[in-house]
Amino acid sequence: MSIPIPPAGPSTTPGASVALDDKDLEGGLSLWQGAFRRLRRSPTAWCGAVIVALFVVVAAAAPLLTSYQPGSTQWAGDVTTTEIPGPSADHWLGLDRYGSDLWTQLVYGARQSLLYGVISTVLGLAVGATLGALAGGFGAVGGRFGTVVDATIMRLVDIMLAVPSLLLAVSIAAMLGQSGTAVVIAIGAAQVPVFARLLRGSMLAQGKADYVLAANALGLRRSRIVMSHMLPNSMGPTIVQATLNLATAIIEVAALSYLGLGAPDPAIAEWGRMLVAAQDRFDDAARLAILPGVAIAITALGFTLFGEALRESLDPRTRR
Amino acid sequence: MLRFVVRRLLLLVPVLIGLSVLLFAWVRALPGDPARSLLGERATDAGVERINEVYGFDRPLVEQYVSYVGALLRGDFGTSIQTGRPVTESFIDYFPATIELAVTALLFAVVIGVPLGYLAARHQGRWLDTTVVTGSLLGVVTPVFFLAILLKLVFANWLGWLPTGLRQDPRIDATHVTNFYVLDGFLTQEWDAAFNAMAHLVLPAIALGTIPLAIIVRITRAAVADVLNEDYVRTAHAKGLAAATISRRHVLRNALLPVVTTIGLQAGLLLSGAVLTETVFSFNGIGSYLFTAITRRDYPVLQGFILFIALLYCLINLLVDVVYGLIDPRVRAA
Repeated sequence: MSIPIPPAGPSTTPGASVALDDKDLEGGLSLWQGAFRRLRRSPTAWCGAVIVALFVVVAAAAPLLTSYQPGSTQWAGDVTTTEIPGPSADHWLGLDRYGSDLWTQLVYGARQSLLYGVISTVLGLAVGATLGALAGGFGAVGGRFGTVVDATIMRLVDIMLAVPSLLLAVSIAAMLGQSGTAVVIAIGAAQVPVFARLLRGSMLAQGKADYVLAANALGLRRSRIVMSHMLPNSMGPTIVQATLNLATAIIEVAALSYLGLGAPDPAIAEWGRMLVAAQDRFDDAARLAILPGVAIAITALGFTLFGEALRESLDPRTRR
Repeated sequence: MLRFVVRRLLLLVPVLIGLSVLLFAWVRALPGDPARSLLGERATDAGVERINEVYGFDRPLVEQYVSYVGALLRGDFGTSIQTGRPVTESFIDYFPATIELAVTALLFAVVIGVPLGYLAARHQGRWLDTTVVTGSLLGVVTPVFFLAILLKLVFANWLGWLPTGLRQDPRIDATHVTNFYVLDGFLTQEWDAAFNAMAHLVLPAIALGTIPLAIIVRITRAAVADVLNEDYVRTAHAKGLAAATISRRHVLRNALLPVVTTIGLQAGLLLSGAVLTETVFSFNGIGSYLFTAITRRDYPVLQGFILFIALLYCLINLLVDVVYGLIDPRVRAA
């Protein structure tokens, strides 16, 4: 049996749109097309995108931006207990306390932050969204089995939410030992409950939408309604959260190394560890602490700006 | 109201049971023999035997879990492998410091954040609003530990206005009754000790309070802006109510709901932020205590600490829900 079904789209809230002119009628545009169009007009989105792009380029092209190797301590002889050589022609930002080139460390640090931040967020998103989709999907379908699956998953999520996320990451990292993998798993796992909760919530909300009712009435299989109608329409807030979480993840990667839980290899440049190392050399070389901190903050700012702009462009209330 | 509180308390039970199972499994999931991995490189046969005796790692798992929960219920959160000191005892020693810090930080965030967010919403699109919004964005993206380092660098190391760390100048001969140093100063009327403790609180509290401040500003601004557009506010104006009355009775009261929730949610942020802030300022609270436990891989301490924080966090969230119910009668009914 085949019945043509109308394209799945978001339900419009009755009475939400007032006084439309031609420009407002985004007829035929999908949710994401409309969002993209609004995103292109948003200065906030552009600011965020430029910062993120710059960060990605620096991370990818690190070997081209510096002629030195990260973690190389070949100028250690120039560093004394009272003086760390400052900026010069050879070393644009000077040396750090171990005699490495600061610019090189910063540039390679971007690589580390990007790698750990992105992988951990993708990991958290994958696991969290799967759990959320299962809970939301089964919860929306209902029935005894559906309710049990939903409740079981959400109780698990509640347990994870009972521990503040940084402390959750700290305890997982402490358990897995000092390694890059441990950091990624710890920060990823700490993000799981947020994604799970968010996606479940928006899926349950979609479950009451008219188009789901219509698809039901047409006799579509429940699994198909959940997978190809409810899920795509529920992903918006989760994607926004993932963008914002990239900022948090990058800060948390630095926080874990600050607490001594990062990857132990000194040859790998990492912004958080650079901050720790700089702490007792405040008086003679404050730049050692300031520059990595500013690098973390700017990167987080880029992802935050872009995430906020994305949120606004997906929000039906701003669709004017 | 009572039924509401009781139901929320009952919902906590499965969460806490689940958490205790996970924490119980945690130490036992460490690779290899748990006693050996607890002792690390210093493991000797005698040490392993002693640990097995104390923690009962050689007994059946169910028996171990039952005695673990039994101990928890008696208030025994474990014993430090490094110092042999009960975790609960250390908490009682260090906790007042963290409460003192967290409360000061939260006060700083609320007292500045709520009025600032209100003003920004009132002047939407003007320079004050733009400045506040930009400032709060910078506040959110600056890592706590970096801000702490920066504040210490500028105000303690360079300008020398405030102390670089610790809770009180060790040269001050202060009597400690409650371990809340500021309160102790007032109780014993040792004013210099009280003021000294306060001076030591300023920088850590600002560092810890900045992210909550930024979030509170943004939420307050959004909430007030929403309420200002409501019909009932227009009606209130139309029927000739004084502007001050409308602000207080209509706008603030309704805008307060999301703000209260946000303030409650910041509790978790304060607790985890305290670990980083206290580390930077060598502020002797549970944050530095946890940091020491991490560096020494003192798993029983970590285990006890996480459970303790989770318990606290759940109770704070419960408190937020109750306050929420007090402000908004609809929540109680739900």
